[in-house]
This record gives sequence, C-alpha cells and structure tokens, in this order.
Amino acid sequence: MQVTSNQFKHAASLKLADPKVQKALRNAKGKLVVARSRSIVELDNFEEIREAAARIRDFGLQHMDVLLEEWEKKAAAAGTIVHWAETPQQVNDLVIGIARKHEVRKIIKSKSMLGEETNLNHALEAAGLDVRETDLGEYIIQQFGETPSHIIAPAVHKSMDDIADLFAEKHGRPRLDDIASLTHEAREILRPHFLDADMGISGANFLVAETGSTMIVTNEGNGRMTTTMPRVHVAITGIEKIVPTLEDISLLLRLLTRSATGQSISNYLSFTTGPKRPGDKDGPGEFHVIIVDAGRTKVLASEIREALRCIRCGACMNHCPVYQNIGGHAYGWVYPGPIGSILTPAYVGIENAIDLPNASTLCNQCGVVCPVKIPLPDLMRKLREEQVQKNLRPWPERLGLRLWAWTAARPAVYGLLTGIAARIGKWLGGRERLLHKLPAAGSEWTSGRDFPAPRGKTFRELYAQHRSRGTQ
Amino acid sequence: MKVGLFVTCLVDLMRPSIGFASLKLLESAGYEVVVPAAQTCCGQPGYNSGDRNAAQILAKKMLREFAGCDYIVVPSGSCGGMIRAHYPELLAEFPEMTQEVDSIARKTYELTDFLVNVARIDSVPGQFSGSVTYHDSCSGLREMNVKTQPRALLSKVAGLNIREMQQPEQCCGFGGTFAVKYGEISARITDLKCEDVQSAQADALVLGDLGCMLNIEGRMRRRGDNKTRVLHVAEVLAGMTDPVQDLDRRTAG
Repeated sequence: MQVTSNQFKHAASLKLADPKVQKALRNAKGKLVVARSRSIVELDNFEEIREAAARIRDFGLQHMDVLLEEWEKKAAAAGTIVHWAETPQQVNDLVIGIARKHEVRKIIKSKSMLGEETNLNHALEAAGLDVRETDLGEYIIQQFGETPSHIIAPAVHKSMDDIADLFAEKHGRPRLDDIASLTHEAREILRPHFLDADMGISGANFLVAETGSTMIVTNEGNGRMTTTMPRVHVAITGIEKIVPTLEDISLLLRLLTRSATGQSISNYLSFTTGPKRPGDKDGPGEFHVIIVDAGRTKVLASEIREALRCIRCGACMNHCPVYQNIGGHAYGWVYPGPIGSILTPAYVGIENAIDLPNASTLCNQCGVVCPVKIPLPDLMRKLREEQVQKNLRPWPERLGLRLWAWTAARPAVYGLLTGIAARIGKWLGGRERLLHKLPAAGSEWTSGRDFPAPRGKTFRELYAQHRSRGTQ
Repeated sequence: MKVGLFVTCLVDLMRPSIGFASLKLLESAGYEVVVPAAQTCCGQPGYNSGDRNAAQILAKKMLREFAGCDYIVVPSGSCGGMIRAHYPELLAEFPEMTQEVDSIARKTYELTDFLVNVARIDSVPGQFSGSVTYHDSCSGLREMNVKTQPRALLSKVAGLNIREMQQPEQCCGFGGTFAVKYGEISARITDLKCEDVQSAQADALVLGDLGCMLNIEGRMRRRGDNKTRVLHVAEVLAGMTDPVQDLDRRTAG
C-alpha cells in the first residue's frame, strides 16, 4: 500500500471535519469497547492468561528460526508447498507465478492485512487477474475503491447508508435499508464467485509449528470457502505468526476473539494442513504458503521487538482516544492506531512516518487492553528517541526542549525566568485569568482552548516568603 | 519521618496553591516536610519527546535533591509516574546508580495514594459545599494505581458529594507536547471529556494532575462553560478551593 503517513495531520483534520466518519466512529467505539469489556469478565483469570499469552508469543519470537523450520518440515510432509519471501515485491511475484502456472483467471480472497502491505490486489489486477474480496468489510472497501481503516473491521468508517447507496449503484438493484438484507445481497452476489474461482488467497492468524498448519479466525465463513473451494490455495503470512503448539493456540484464541469483537469464540476457526488428501470431500488440490519477512527480522533485532507479539485483534485502536476520533485512514498505511504507530515506521522507514509515534497522548489505554501485553507507549517513546537521534525532529522543537532542559538544570535562572513568566502571564490573563492566544508552539493549544493564566508569583517565591516569615 | 515535597514545575509556575495545599495536608498528617529549593522539573517533557539525554540530566538532579528523604510525595500522577515507573528505565545506562534509582522509585508516591496508604489519615481539613466529579488522569491511574484513593479522601470532605461522570478513566487529550503538536485532535478528545463532565452536573471538576487540569479547563472555558470550577484534589482536601484568595492570605503575612 502506498505510504501517506507523513500527511497524517492534514488527513486527521479532514476526518475530524467529516460528520459521516465521526458518526460511524462513535458508533463503532461504543460497540467494540463495551463488547470487549463484557466478554473479558467471563474469564476469572484474565490477567494470568494475558501473561501466559505474552510468554507464548515471546517464546515464538525467540525461537522463531527453529520453530519455522519445524513448521516447514511438518507442512511439507503434509504436502504443503512452502515459499519464503523477503520483500513485498517477492510475495506478489510468487503469487502471480503460482496463478500463471495454474492458468488462473479468477481469484477469491479472504482477509489479509499482509496482502495490504504488499499491495497484492493491485499487483494481481495489473497482471490481468480478476480478484474478489469476500470478507464483507473488505468486499465493501474494494467496491468503494478504498483501503481498510481498521484491521478487523475494514469498513468501520462507513455507515449503513453509505453501504446501501454503494450496493444499489454497484449491484444495480433496488436500494435496501437494513443490515441483514444488505448482507444477504452481498452473499448472493459473492456466491457464484466462490463457485467458479480458480484460486483462493488467505492470510493466517497463526502458524502451528507442531502440526505444520496455517490457521484463520473468521466469522463469515468466507475464509473457509476461500481455503477449501478453489483448486489452488495460497496463504500468505508473516514469520512472526509462528506458535509452538495447538495448546498455545487455544490459549491465544481465548484472548483474541474477546479482545477483537467481544466474542467468546468466533464462528469459524479453520486449520489447513496440506492440500486435499485422497478421500477428503473438499480442499485445494495444491496448497501454497508464503512465509514473509518484509521488515520483520529488522524489528526482531531492534528495541521495539515486542511489537511482533501482536495478534491483530484491534483492541489498541478501539480504545485509543486518537483513533476513536480520527479513524484509521489518517495513519496513512496498513496498520492504524497504536500498533500501527509502531509497525508503520518500522516497516516503511521511520522518516516516512514521522508523526505516528508522536500522535499519541501515551495514555496507555492501549497497553492496558493489549491481550499480549505489548508496552505500546514505551515502544512509541523508543521511536521518538530514534527520531531525535537521527535528527528527524523539527529544529524549533529540538531547541525548545534543549532550552527547557538547560534552564531546568539551573535553578537560579529557572526561578528568575518562571517568575517573569508568572507575572507576564497574570497580566495578560486579565480579570478572566485566561490567555486566549499564545505565541509560537502555544498557538496550537490556543487554536482550540484557552490557557488558564498563572497567578503572578511562582510557588518557589511564595514558599521562600512563607518560610522567612515563619522563621522570623 | 521526612517527606520531600516535589511540587512539580507546572504547579510552581501555574498554580502555587496546589503546592501549599499539599504542604498543609502532609503537615497536618504529622510529617516533617522538606521542599528542596532547587527543584525544577522531573524530566518528563524531554523523556516523552525522545530527548533522553535532557531527561537524564533532570532525573539525576532530582535524585540528588531528594536523596535524604524517607518519602517523596508529588501532587501529580504523571510526575510521580515518571519517577516511579520510568526512572529505572531512563537511568538503566548507569548501573552504578541502580540502587539509588530503585530506592527513590519505591519511595515516591502520588499525594492521595500517600495520604491513604502510608499516612492512613482518617480526616481531612477541607470542606466544600457542593458536588464534584473526579477525572482519573492516565498516568495516575495506569502507572500509579490511583483510583480509589482520591475518592476515599474526597468522601471525607464535609459537605461534598461525588457525582461520577460516565467515563472518568478516558484520556482528556492532553498528552504533554501532544497538545501543542496535534492541537486539533487534542482539543477534540478534550471535547468528549468536557461533555462527560457536563453530563455529571457537578459544581466542580476535581483531578490530580495539572496537565489535564489546564487542558480541560482551557477547553471548557473556550466552549463557554464559565461555571464549572476546576480544582486540584489537594486544594479541595486542604480547604483551599479559592486559589487566588488563599494565596493572598498565605502571603499577606
């Protein structure tokens, strides 16, 4: 996907001014946050499960090399054709190569965020292939010609009315006005494509090392149809999705669906271990898995490696006060919200996503809800440090911080300057005791807020007076 | 027992009454309170902006100034959180300081947490006729576990009743430099807080962190709410809810 993260501020501003997006975001926030909070209380040892989940993910990351080899051995034994891709380009080339070899014309796709990373649909279309998204949200987004704004609810920024208009236009049928009918219509439209597609593409939520399986978590059933009906299937997934055992998966799933949608379990959990075997009623004749790096080993070797624990539930964005107000598109790449503010600079280059690690209040609501305990604010802070080290911050900010630190390290100078500031501030604040307009960086503050004025003297001055009076 | 009061840079510059209120509460709880004169800032602005070096200079300065105290009490969850939760990481490059850093981190308390869990006070000097709604500031809540302490203390204030807002734990949108780097987003987040405060229909918004305080009050006034008072929990507990008058009284001699 094209990276537009450096237009974050402008894009966010547009979203804040868009009443439709605002309405959709409010609605989604209410639903997802409440659903999660209701479902986690079903687990009486939620915190212990989080601890265990973080350990499982860390174990997978620490022993990734061994586990991936074990996975590959098991997968190959089951008949899976395993490919390794270092770059997004290699992923697309591999998929196109497989499609060409099998003379594929039509492809159905189940949701894959990695496919968004590599801009897979675009590459497939450019290669003359017909690609259909089958996840309802992804289908809607594809029809709009947009990109997902959320990792599990791609069309969360759209209202039902937007979708009703879209379907009426694209499907050439009378406009419907309830969600159930719209969903039925999408199913009807999609059904023939499932039946005559030559190839299916899916992602994978996890790779199970002990069985050599790929695994997907879905609600709509499209994922299972995509992985079983077409004659060729290609699953693409990142190297970090490796998990040692099925037992581990069962623990992670208890957290994943609850954190994502507030469900105790999703409608479908599909494990794929190799192609169709003799006697199997369905399944692809050929099953390919592409294991992708695309920046992940670099993250693994860095100070922000905990970000690779992510199991893509979306809870961090659902609970982020910034995401809740601007939605996902402003973040400018595949992954929005807190996790996106870390993964985007890590995968596309820190200089191409300058705003993201800074566009957070560090309130740590994300860290609190993350099912695998990724210390998201700490990682954002690490990236802020890297920006400073690489001289990527604007000079007035650097200078301002330096001056602040220099002054604060010299109490006499500091006392003098703050004393002056307290007096000027009080004078400017007048009877209302409010500053309506601040200069320089402060103007961002006063564009939307007043600034309560200081009281004329600093604590240190008043305390010195208080003390000298006390000791007289 | 000697308590070092770290008033914080924002209280020093913006609202000294909070410092005096904290002093009054600690002294009336029976502690010997020292206020190191050279104290300035804990280093949080630099730390959260990626200027680790600047933050380290100020963190070391804090360590020196408060070294002799049995406790360090801070009328701010975020500055307290900086010391307790972040100094160990910030100063990890200096292994010779580890012991000192760990010790200061352990001794540092947010004011209400200290009053409830260390001083175990059972009455407070303040009185307040009216209702208040309490905003949980993010660092206080999520780094210092400050949640029940301010409410327990406020419930001891004569004449005061608490009216909870719907989402007291929701961030107010301040975020330090976030508020000046992304003013528009920040103000929008603050709007939701202002609406929540309004829906609680309290006479005053009470909180424990000056950053949130300046932010929410600033947005409230801009939105035209000149009625809801915005007070620091220390001011309410100490009965110093008219910061200007109380200060004049303090300093008039």
